[in-house]
Amino acid sequence: MTDMSVQNSEYEAGMGDYFALLKPRVMSLVIFTALVGLLVAPVPVHPFIGFVGVLCIAVGAGASGALNMWWDADIDAIMKRTAKRPIPSGRVQPGEALGIGLALSGFAIVLLLLATNVLAAGLLAFTIFFYAVVYSMWLKRATPHNIVIGGAAGAFPPMIGWAVATGSISIESVLMFALIFMWTPPHFWALALFVKSDYGDAGVPMLTETHGRDVTRRHVIVYAVLLVPVAVGLGFTSIGGPIYLVTSLLLNAWFLKGCFDIWRRDDAAADADNYTVERQVFKVSLYYLFGHFGALLAEAVVRASGFGGL
Amino acid sequence: MAIRVEHEVHQRRKGRNFGVGALLACFIGLIFALTVVKVLQLGDARQFENFDHVARPAIVPEEGTSE
Repeated sequence: MTDMSVQNSEYEAGMGDYFALLKPRVMSLVIFTALVGLLVAPVPVHPFIGFVGVLCIAVGAGASGALNMWWDADIDAIMKRTAKRPIPSGRVQPGEALGIGLALSGFAIVLLLLATNVLAAGLLAFTIFFYAVVYSMWLKRATPHNIVIGGAAGAFPPMIGWAVATGSISIESVLMFALIFMWTPPHFWALALFVKSDYGDAGVPMLTETHGRDVTRRHVIVYAVLLVPVAVGLGFTSIGGPIYLVTSLLLNAWFLKGCFDIWRRDDAAADADNYTVERQVFKVSLYYLFGHFGALLAEAVVRASGFGGL
Repeated sequence: MAIRVEHEVHQRRKGRNFGVGALLACFIGLIFALTVVKVLQLGDARQFENFDHVARPAIVPEEGTSE
């Protein structure tokens, strides 16, 4: 029977379809922040151990993405943005996604444990659990604050990178976590404002649907303001410095201006210019995060090259 | 019905099979390289012998003697 069904299927999933289950674009952010967390840590790591550490974090993130796609296949099919994902488009079977997600989770956690330490592996296991179970299965369909709490899953990678190098948690890694955690809500709500009808159609209680779009605009500016002390504060720890502080102040001013503009206008104005400001803020939010972590990396390079006393 | 050597499904899944093969090869290379790095990081050559899984009385320090 199985052989016949295989022969009759019109489409054969390729490696690209399975790779798409791992959410490669999200993975690029995970790889970058985890790598920065690892490189800015005060303890040197053997380059190959560091490579394996980042690989495991990336694979773990990809595995949680596959588990998320398995669980959310029903709502992904409804939303335009996600309808072409491998499961709703029929290219990959749900059971395959579940199997790949579980297998890669086990692989990533065990290899990270063997290559580095218990803390890093434990944090990775908790991150996968948090994203796949706490966010995807519980929060996403239950509360409009799904993004706020669920954002923690995306905030762990630099903390895991730091743990790979040091085997510990410190104020620096906590603040790197807090930076991504506080950045996620305004980043995502800016997106929710310009893909307006999708989440409502799928029955996902996004803030725009449950509390209205004006409330969402207020939340964007509130979280952007709360983000400032976290982002700037990181500059005063051992991994910060003048490059980071200048970068952070400029990026915060840019991001705050955009979030302020979102707050000050209504949907009529947004409709008139096809959500230009919201789209721009979403783009700026990406520069914001890459800019901050890029500046941390630059500080580490300056310190390593012997100019740390400047 | 026996699957022929050149079954159509072989051709259809060629890319995927090569992909899985490449991933397995990378996995083997990764574990081997990690083992080499980990063992070299031990530094002390006597510690290598501790991984023999065989009792080696010669490498156990005698009582009353220092390392």
